[in-house]
Amino acid sequence: MNYVFSFLILSGIFVAAINGRVDVIVNAAVTSAEGAVERAISLIAVISLWLGIARVAEKAGLIDIMSRAIAPFFRWLFPSIPKGHPALGCILMNLSANMLGFGSAATPFGLKAMQELQTLNEKPDTATEAMCTFLAINTSSVTIVPATLVALRASAGSKNPSEIVGAVLFATACSTLAAIVGDYVMRVINHKK
Amino acid sequence: MITEMLETAAPLVIPFMIFVVFIYAHIKKVDIFEIFVEGAKDGFMMAIKLIPYLVGIYVAVGIFRESGAIDILVGLFSPILSIIKAPTEVLFLSIVRSLSGPAALGMLLEIFDKYGPDSFIGRLGSTLIGSTDTTFYIIAVYFGSVGIRNPRYSIPVGLFADFASFVASVYIVRKLFL
Repeated sequence: MNYVFSFLILSGIFVAAINGRVDVIVNAAVTSAEGAVERAISLIAVISLWLGIARVAEKAGLIDIMSRAIAPFFRWLFPSIPKGHPALGCILMNLSANMLGFGSAATPFGLKAMQELQTLNEKPDTATEAMCTFLAINTSSVTIVPATLVALRASAGSKNPSEIVGAVLFATACSTLAAIVGDYVMRVINHKK
Repeated sequence: MITEMLETAAPLVIPFMIFVVFIYAHIKKVDIFEIFVEGAKDGFMMAIKLIPYLVGIYVAVGIFRESGAIDILVGLFSPILSIIKAPTEVLFLSIVRSLSGPAALGMLLEIFDKYGPDSFIGRLGSTLIGSTDTTFYIIAVYFGSVGIRNPRYSIPVGLFADFASFVASVYIVRKLFL
């Protein structure tokens, strides 16, 4: 992340200097920072709401039931997470919310999953394999119902806003498969070292 | 058929989920409101803790975009694009997508305004947005929230998946709509 962060900022300033537009840098930085805080404030609402509901579900024992049901599949994807660990339930909730196209509901579960995964981490500043697998699947976005997208298309005046659903399913299946395979390959390479 | 079913079901899923949670919690005699507030409090703290990470990633992306550096990056990739017959705008969209979700949505809306949502590029952009997520944002926020500084191989794997979705989107949209 250090490199990505520095690369974005340094190359940005460098290019702006060459183009003689250094003045845009400060403006871009301040506007973006404001955007970030606004985003965080609006996140307080959804995160609080969903973590509230998730906590109720957890206390009632629903997450236990679900994580037991998907345990076999997840054992294979996440061999390092012990059976019945709360991390599995959070990952499941996160992926379910993602699949349904509710990105805002997925984030709180994802963050909770990371906290749970961190409790299994022996080197707290380095990602574990389970974390990498989780992120790989998460960033490749297993969407089944792209609800926001269909709404956006409709509002832009599309004649058939949902015609892209099939294409999205195909593309998302390809990217998730690529993520799982890529993650698996990297895991094996790491073990060989 | 299936897509129609999915569309009808989509708005019902979340309310149904909440309904089931509350009914089940009642059966299990959980102190619902108390527990809800406890969880929501956690959520509040979590969102506050996120602010520094969000500011970092937004500022870096903002500088990179506004300086024009992103245009150079797109220029570098244009030979590959002509091979797979993808419009430059869509590559730009795909790069922004891996950096910032709101920015990518804004860009998609621009494409809709300029070319129409039912144009080739409008459909391709839609498919691309629908099939990937904000790789850098998720990695920064998720890892940042627990203090992980070394993401190991998750960035290359995430980008590889983004690339796969880009190629798959171009392929499937050409096949279905051209």
